[in-house]
Amino acid sequence: MKKHLVSAHDLNKDEAVLVLDTAKELALISDRPVKKLPTLRGRTVVNLFFEDSTRTRISFEAASKRLSADVINFSAKGSSVSKGESLKDTAQTLQSMGADAVVIRHGSSGAPHLLATRNWIDAVVINAGDGTHEHPTQALLDAYTIRKHLRNNEGDLNGLKVAIVGDILHSRVARSNAILLKTLGATPIMVAPPTLLPVGIEKWNGEFSYDLDEVLPQVDAVMMLRVQQERMSDAYFPTTREYSRNFGLNAQRLKTMQKHALVLHPGPMNRGMEITAEVADSTNSVVIEQVANGVSVRMAVLYLLLGGSNSETGENN
Amino acid sequence: MSANSRNSARVVLESSDISRALSRIAHEILENNKGSKDLVLLGIPSRGVPLANRIAQKINEFEKVNIPVGSLDITMYRDDLRLRPPRALAHTEIPDEGIDHKIVILVDDVLFSGRTIRAALDALNDIGRPAMVQVAVLIDRGHRELPIRADYVGKNIPTSMSESVQVSLADVDGNQESVIISAGEQ
Amino acid sequence: MSILLQNGSLKGEKNVDILIENDKISKVAPANSLKDDKAEVIDLTGLIILPGLVDLHTHLREPGREDAETVATGSAAAARGGFTAVHAMANTLPVADTAGVVEQVWNLGKSIGLVDVYPVGAVTIGLKGENLAELSAMADSTARVRIFSDDGHCVSDPVLMRRALEYVKAFNGVIAQHAQEPRLTKNAQMNESELSGRLGLTGWPAVAEEAIVARDVLLTEHVQSKLHVCHASTAGTVDILRWAKGKKVNVTAEVTPHHLFLSQIHCESYDAKFKVNPPLRTDDDINELRKALAEGIIDVVATDHAPHPMEDKEGEWSSAAFGMTGLETALSVVATAMIETKLMTWADVARVMSEKPAEIGQLTEHGRPIAENEIANLCIIDPNASWKVDAKDTHSLSTNNPFHDMTLKSKVIHTIFRGKFSMKSGQVQK
Repeated sequence: MKKHLVSAHDLNKDEAVLVLDTAKELALISDRPVKKLPTLRGRTVVNLFFEDSTRTRISFEAASKRLSADVINFSAKGSSVSKGESLKDTAQTLQSMGADAVVIRHGSSGAPHLLATRNWIDAVVINAGDGTHEHPTQALLDAYTIRKHLRNNEGDLNGLKVAIVGDILHSRVARSNAILLKTLGATPIMVAPPTLLPVGIEKWNGEFSYDLDEVLPQVDAVMMLRVQQERMSDAYFPTTREYSRNFGLNAQRLKTMQKHALVLHPGPMNRGMEITAEVADSTNSVVIEQVANGVSVRMAVLYLLLGGSNSETGENN
Repeated sequence: MSANSRNSARVVLESSDISRALSRIAHEILENNKGSKDLVLLGIPSRGVPLANRIAQKINEFEKVNIPVGSLDITMYRDDLRLRPPRALAHTEIPDEGIDHKIVILVDDVLFSGRTIRAALDALNDIGRPAMVQVAVLIDRGHRELPIRADYVGKNIPTSMSESVQVSLADVDGNQESVIISAGEQ
Repeated sequence: MSILLQNGSLKGEKNVDILIENDKISKVAPANSLKDDKAEVIDLTGLIILPGLVDLHTHLREPGREDAETVATGSAAAARGGFTAVHAMANTLPVADTAGVVEQVWNLGKSIGLVDVYPVGAVTIGLKGENLAELSAMADSTARVRIFSDDGHCVSDPVLMRRALEYVKAFNGVIAQHAQEPRLTKNAQMNESELSGRLGLTGWPAVAEEAIVARDVLLTEHVQSKLHVCHASTAGTVDILRWAKGKKVNVTAEVTPHHLFLSQIHCESYDAKFKVNPPLRTDDDINELRKALAEGIIDVVATDHAPHPMEDKEGEWSSAAFGMTGLETALSVVATAMIETKLMTWADVARVMSEKPAEIGQLTEHGRPIAENEIANLCIIDPNASWKVDAKDTHSLSTNNPFHDMTLKSKVIHTIFRGKFSMKSGQVQK
C-alpha cells in the first residue's frame, strides 16, 4: 500500500479488497465485550478538522480508540488556524507533537495532498474529505456495505451497477465512489440534472444519465447524495420540488428497482428532498448500517497504514 | 530456497507420524482434563486451525462427543507489528458457547519463541475469562524467549536458530503432509 | 564612455559590429570592421542582438506590497531578463488611478535607472468597476500614461467599458482589458475541464474569457477606439481575434510566456505556484496560441510578472494568490516555445517582445530599429544556452516561478539600457 490515503486512486484492486477483508474481521470486534485491540498502542492519531463534520470525526475517533491509539482532536475553529495560521505551520506543530497519522478534513480541495507531499510532516495522511475533491474512506465504507449485502462479504464488486444520484459536481463522495467502484470492477452511473454534472463527465470512468427512472431498474444499488441548501439559490435547478420530483427517491421509484437493490446515503439525509422517509426506512435501505461499517473500514485503514513498520510498506509481501 | 539448503532439508515427521502425534495429543487432553467437559479448542491461524479440527475429530472418535472448535487470529496482538509491513488479518471465530469458564486449548503448529502464545493469551483476555488455558503444539523446537511451555507436544525437535521448521498440512498447503527441517532462512 | 559590440548576429540575420557612444548607437557596420581604442570591446561571436525587450504587463507591487516586489527589485529582474522598458500595472495600494500615483511610479523607475518604468493607469477608481478614474489627468501627467487597465479585474459593465473606450480616444489611449466574466468565474480555480472536475477545483471556463473579448471587440468597432486584450489564453480567443483583425478592428493582444508553455496538467500537483489568472489551459490552447503569435493574430508577448510572497503561495490551492513571476525567464521561455519549435525566427521575437509592444505603448525610444542615431536599448542573447531555472536565483523579491527546475533554451547575456550595461555577463549593474 502507499503511505497515505489521499485519493481512492491510491488503492489498486488488491489493496482495496484487502481493506475490505480487514474491515470484515475488525467488524467482529464490535460484538465482543472488550471492543478494543492493542494494535496501535502508543501511536498518536490527530483528527485535523478544518470543517465541521461530527459524523466523520467521531467515526475516525472511534476507529482510532478501538485500536488503542491516542486521539487528539484538532478543530480549526477556535484554534490558531482561525487566526490565520497556515496549513504548513499547523502541520509542523503536529509534527513536533509526534503525530503518527493525521486525519484531515479541509474545505479546500488538495489540502491533504499538500500535507502528504510537502515534507512538512512525516505522519501518514488520511483524507477525511477535501473540498469538492475526494472522501476515500466514505467510498470504502460504501463498497464494504454493498459487498456485504450483494457479494457475501467477499472479493470484489465485479459486474455490479451502482447509481450515484444528485450533486455530482460538488460531491467528494461521488468522486471517490466513482473511482473505487471502478477499481473494484463495478460500473458507477452518475445521475443528475446537467447543471450538477461536472464538465467532462463523459471522460470519467463510468456512465452518466439525466434520467433517474431509466437508470433505477438496471442497478444493484443506488447512492443518494445530499443536496446542499446553497445550491438551491444558485440556479442549479428551478425549485426543490422539481428536483425532488425528478431526482428524489420515493416509494414508487423504489418499486421499479430490483428486489435485492440497496439504497445508500452518506448522510445527513434531507428527508423529503432527495429521499423520502419511507425509502430511508425501507428494508432496502442500509443507511444506518453504513455508519457502523464506517468505523470498521476506518479501523482497517488505520491498521493497514499505521500498524506496520514505518518504512515504505513492502508491496509484495 | 537455494539448492544447497534444499539438499540439507530433512523430513522429521511424515503424514502417518503427524496423525499418530495428534491422536496422542487428543488422548492426553482427555486424560489431563478428566474427559471432554468444558473443553474448547482454538486454533491459531493458519496451520493451528486444521490441527485443532483434527484433534477435535480424534476426540470425537474416542469419546463420541463434539467439542467446540474455533480460531483465534493473533495478528493485532503481535509484539513485532512495527518491525514489518502490516499483514492481512486471519479469521477469528469463537464458538457460540464462548470461552468464559471453559478450558481453552490453544493449538498451533510450531512452538518456538513463545511470542505467538503470549499474543494469544492477550487476545483471549479481550474475549473472555477461561477457567484455564492450555497449549497444544505439533512441534516444539525450543529457543523460548518467554516463560511459556506447551502442555501437549507432538514431537520435541531440537533445532539450531538458523534452521527452519516447515509444517505442511493437506488442508492448508494442499500437498503431502510432512514436517521438514531445513538449514537457513525459509 | 563608449562600447564596441563586435561580431554579433543582428536578429539572427547578419553579423555586425555596433559602436555605442553615450546613450546612442553611433555606428552599425559589417562584422569585424570597426575599431575604437577608447571603447570597451565586447565580443558577441555566436550571440544574437535584439532591441531591448518591452513588457506591456508587469506587476511591480510598489506602492503597497513592497514585501512582494519593489520598483527597484522589479527593475533589476527586468534588466536581467533583457527588458529595457516595462509597464507597471495599476493594482497597487493605493491604486494607480490618479496622476499622483502614476508620477510616483514613473519617478521611482527613473531614479533606479535600470529600465524605463511606464505606469499603466486604472480605468476605474480603485479598480472597482464603478466610476471612471481621471484618465486624462494621468495621460497629461509627466508619466504620459497611454495604456489603461483594471488588470486583475475585468471592466465587466458594458456601458462603463464603452465609455472608457470612447473617452481615451481624446488622447489616443488604449484600454487593456483583463477579460474575465465575473459571474462565470465566481470562486474559479483552474481551467474548467475534465481535470478540474477530477481535482475538485472550481472550473474557469474558456467562455468566460471569450465572451468578454467578443463583446469588447464589438464595442471597439462600434466606437472606433483601440482595445488591447491582456493575456489571451484560449483557442477561442484566438478565433475571435482573427475575426476581428479580418474586420480591421483596432485590437491588439498579448500572450504570456506561461500560457505558451505550461498546461493545466501542472494543477494536478495542487502546487499553487501554478495558480494563475487566467488559468493554465490545455495543450490544444497552447498550440493555437503559439500559432497565433507566429501568425501575428496575437501581437505581443507580455509577462504578467506577478510576484507574491511565499506565504501567499505555499498553502492550500483555493486560498493561494493568483500569479507567477516571469521577467527573468520570459525570453528563454519564448525561445524554447517558439524558436526551438521553428515557429518563429529571432526577428519575430524582436517583433513580439520589443517592436510591437513599444508601438502599442507608444514608446518612442524602445523597440526601434538597431540603427545609427537610435537610443541604444539592446538585449543580447546566447541562443545555444541551455539552463535549469532555479526559482531562488532571482532579483525579484518573490520566488513564485513556475518554471523552477525546468530546462530552458537560450539566455539573455547582456542588457544595454540607454547606452549603458544594465546587465553584463549575467550580472545586473546596480
